[in-house]
Amino acid sequence: MPSHDVLIIGAGLAGQRAALAAADAGASVAILSKVHPVRSHSVAAAGGINAALKPQDTWESHAYDTVKGSDFLGDQDAIEIMCREAPDELLHLEHIGVTFHRNDAGELGTRAFGGASAARTYYVADITGQAILHVLYEQITKYHETVDSYEEWFTTSLVQDDEGTCVGCVARDIRTGEMELFNAKSVILASGGNGQTFKPTTNALICTGDGIAQAYAIGAPLMDMEMVQYHPTTLTENGFLITEGARGEGAHLLNSDGERFMEKYAPNKMELASRDVVSRAEQTEINEGRGIGPDGGGLYLDVTVVPRKRTLEALREIVNIGKDFAGTDITREPISIRPGQHYIMGGVKTDVHGQVPTVAGLYAAGEVACVSVHGGNRLGANSLLDTLIFGRRAGQHAAQRSRAMPMPTTPTSRLRQDLEHIDAIIARDRSGRRISEIKDELGTMMNRNVAVYRDADGLATAHETVRRLKEDATTAYIDDRGTVFNQDVLGAIELGYMLDTAQATVVAAIERKESRGAQFRTDFPERNDDEWLKHIDISRNGDDEPHVTHSPVTMTQWEPEERKY
Amino acid sequence: MAEFTLRLRRYDPESGEAAYWDEHTIDLEPHRSVLEGILQARARFDGSIGIRCSCRAAICGSCGVRINGQPALACHTHLDQAMKGARDGVIEIEPMGNMPVLKDLIVDMDAVHWKKVRRVTPWLINKEPIPEREYIVPHEAMVDVTQSMACIQCGACVSDCLSMEVDPLFIGPAALAKAYRFVGDPRDAQHSERLNDLAQDPHGIYDCTHCFKCIEACPKGVAPMSQIMRLRRISGRDHGIVDANNGERHEIAFTNLVRDHGLLWEAELLPRSYGGDSWLAKFGPAAGRELLSSLPVIGKALLRGKVTPMGALKAHKLPDEDLQQVKRIYATVEGRDEAERYELNLYISGYDEDMEGAEGPPPDAAAAGAQGGDGGMAGAESGQPGQSPERSPSR
Repeated sequence: MPSHDVLIIGAGLAGQRAALAAADAGASVAILSKVHPVRSHSVAAAGGINAALKPQDTWESHAYDTVKGSDFLGDQDAIEIMCREAPDELLHLEHIGVTFHRNDAGELGTRAFGGASAARTYYVADITGQAILHVLYEQITKYHETVDSYEEWFTTSLVQDDEGTCVGCVARDIRTGEMELFNAKSVILASGGNGQTFKPTTNALICTGDGIAQAYAIGAPLMDMEMVQYHPTTLTENGFLITEGARGEGAHLLNSDGERFMEKYAPNKMELASRDVVSRAEQTEINEGRGIGPDGGGLYLDVTVVPRKRTLEALREIVNIGKDFAGTDITREPISIRPGQHYIMGGVKTDVHGQVPTVAGLYAAGEVACVSVHGGNRLGANSLLDTLIFGRRAGQHAAQRSRAMPMPTTPTSRLRQDLEHIDAIIARDRSGRRISEIKDELGTMMNRNVAVYRDADGLATAHETVRRLKEDATTAYIDDRGTVFNQDVLGAIELGYMLDTAQATVVAAIERKESRGAQFRTDFPERNDDEWLKHIDISRNGDDEPHVTHSPVTMTQWEPEERKY
Repeated sequence: MAEFTLRLRRYDPESGEAAYWDEHTIDLEPHRSVLEGILQARARFDGSIGIRCSCRAAICGSCGVRINGQPALACHTHLDQAMKGARDGVIEIEPMGNMPVLKDLIVDMDAVHWKKVRRVTPWLINKEPIPEREYIVPHEAMVDVTQSMACIQCGACVSDCLSMEVDPLFIGPAALAKAYRFVGDPRDAQHSERLNDLAQDPHGIYDCTHCFKCIEACPKGVAPMSQIMRLRRISGRDHGIVDANNGERHEIAFTNLVRDHGLLWEAELLPRSYGGDSWLAKFGPAAGRELLSSLPVIGKALLRGKVTPMGALKAHKLPDEDLQQVKRIYATVEGRDEAERYELNLYISGYDEDMEGAEGPPPDAAAAGAQGGDGGMAGAESGQPGQSPERSPSR
């Protein structure tokens, strides 16, 4: 049985950063991921990473922007930590080899981003996530003696001892189908979000909420799950992401009248208001009949106002996306976009060290977690920062924790149960529905009822549907009976994760009877600080229905105020 | 909507059977991707079809396959595009080459691709001292290595590398492009050591045969072969590395023969590669040994008429006008100064908009034009005058 001080599940930015930090702190480390690390979804982050690094910028300004962006739901102690530690983290990345953009003096250069009062976004063309992810993987390769990398291993469960402490996981080697019990003193979840519960989404096919559901299943609370970010610029055609960097470089949003409609909604920041504000503005334009395209479901993003040479250098990836996936040369004509599911602010509740409050030995960092630094709405270019800061902190803290303790003994019962569960899925007869069908129905329904605008009726329908689909999923069948790369059976397990996390999202959205950040309730259109300036926590016991509680928002120096851009 | 038939190469390692073809008809708009087609077949008809995929947008590098015999990302190839290359009206999809197949369209990248990447010491070895703040490095240098950083490690170039087919130990296009990312990075302390290592290795930079396959295959414009050629140039010209494989001297002999005669003088190539860049080279001991050991090949070439005794004595004759043109090309290329080192880069250079944003970036069309001669998709049109710089909306 593989035994390590620190076991990390997920190998995107948070996971790899955690692994390197834990190894630096002297721990033996395993990092395990269902895809090769460089395939992780962090690779898709385009625009950049925020840090108040310039002498005239301050971390307080970055923190205030983040608090305001969160619609005052973010925990200010965590936000302060993130913004204070950002400059050093950025310099660390530069030192290990990230090829950040330079200005003519050869210093790090920045671009403007949404919701920020200064240009503090550092970037590598529009492949920032890719550049950082690949450089971290270079380091993982360098650390091969202290970090064991399990690539293409699929986690099926977290394992607890008799006291409920998390002491490892059960995982399946996707190549061979072999199941293995991993033993560890501490486990860090870094397995990303659950964007695939929405259709369309900018998220990769692998973003199925695995870690969120696995933690939820062993009693960890999920927080802010109602806060689902719709990105203002996704391709109308297929939901692919057009980076906020485009607007950062000066691109305009136009409606069918050719009007720069953001003037009405955010006269100061215009296109660079925070994402919830811009997405809502767009949805309003579309709903009121000023959309473009055959069904009026899109709006124009006009990049032609950005100097062409600049576009070709700094927005090369979206030039290609426009060309390859929409047949549009964005340097010559506007492209049709609409708001699309992009990120979840919520996740497994943690403290500022990444520790999950009710499950000893368990940590979470990155999109899987909710610290909460994003609150009701995440600012662009704060997600990479979140993954790196809290990935590092979790890695360091877990390594520290493991120093003083012996290797726990991990019970084998979970391994047997998971084996049986997988065998049972493979053996199901073909009387139920297809997995893909259920997944489609879930995604389409969530995108209809749990999107930019929500109301009680739509959410009730959503909850009913999720319950029915959960029932359907228990008899859904698969085709692949093999063991080598049986992606079919993994899809069935992922569907279960998606349904669990979708339910938490719907229940939290029903609970929050106000409009804040990404949650806009047409039946409760105002923000209500008196009653709802608090987190919604969802937990459950075994297979029970979700249980809802509230927890306070941590305030340090910023009182809630009216939010205007 | 339109119907497309996909012919998938299937292989089930557990069945004990050989690989076979499997056809499915799918229904999608023509500009949708081949990957979406495969996923539809998987969703509707057969969940056991094996393919790695994740982002669907050509950024994660998972879905490298061969489509109608050509390496590509399945997500990056439209169905209608693929139809144009279909031989019998059916889009044929196979696993990538040069790597063992694990199941269906899934290959063992670890056994080949990643092993080779590890071969090039793929991490930055810092120039000391590490500064307190960032390293101050030229804007162009970062843009330059960003072309290699754009590599998504999909393996498409490895799949069709002809040198690797002949010499499986060849480090190969992807790993060598990765190596350039460090050699071109001013923050790395071991340029010389890295280059020496890659030049002296018989499976290193001089093992590339310049066939352009990797450039064609790459979905991200990394142009691995160009990176290999830059490694060679920097190795030979800047670091004076003379390799035991004779690659550097061969290259000098080759280019000089073409410069002097307008065409390659085949009979002179081998002696000059080994004996030095002169007609007298053939009388040197190293060239003599090499000529002797090559006698069987020379004999065959003579027999088959590939070389004639006359051709051995005299170079091909080119019309003077053409020869002068060749010489002008050489003069232009060799006359370039250090600053134009980034000539092959697809990422054109631009200006930074700084925090205060008081002054607009100069829309310097002349500067853009000077860097635009690479024939790449971005560079080709970069000479266009920039529009007046639009500022970000007022804050």
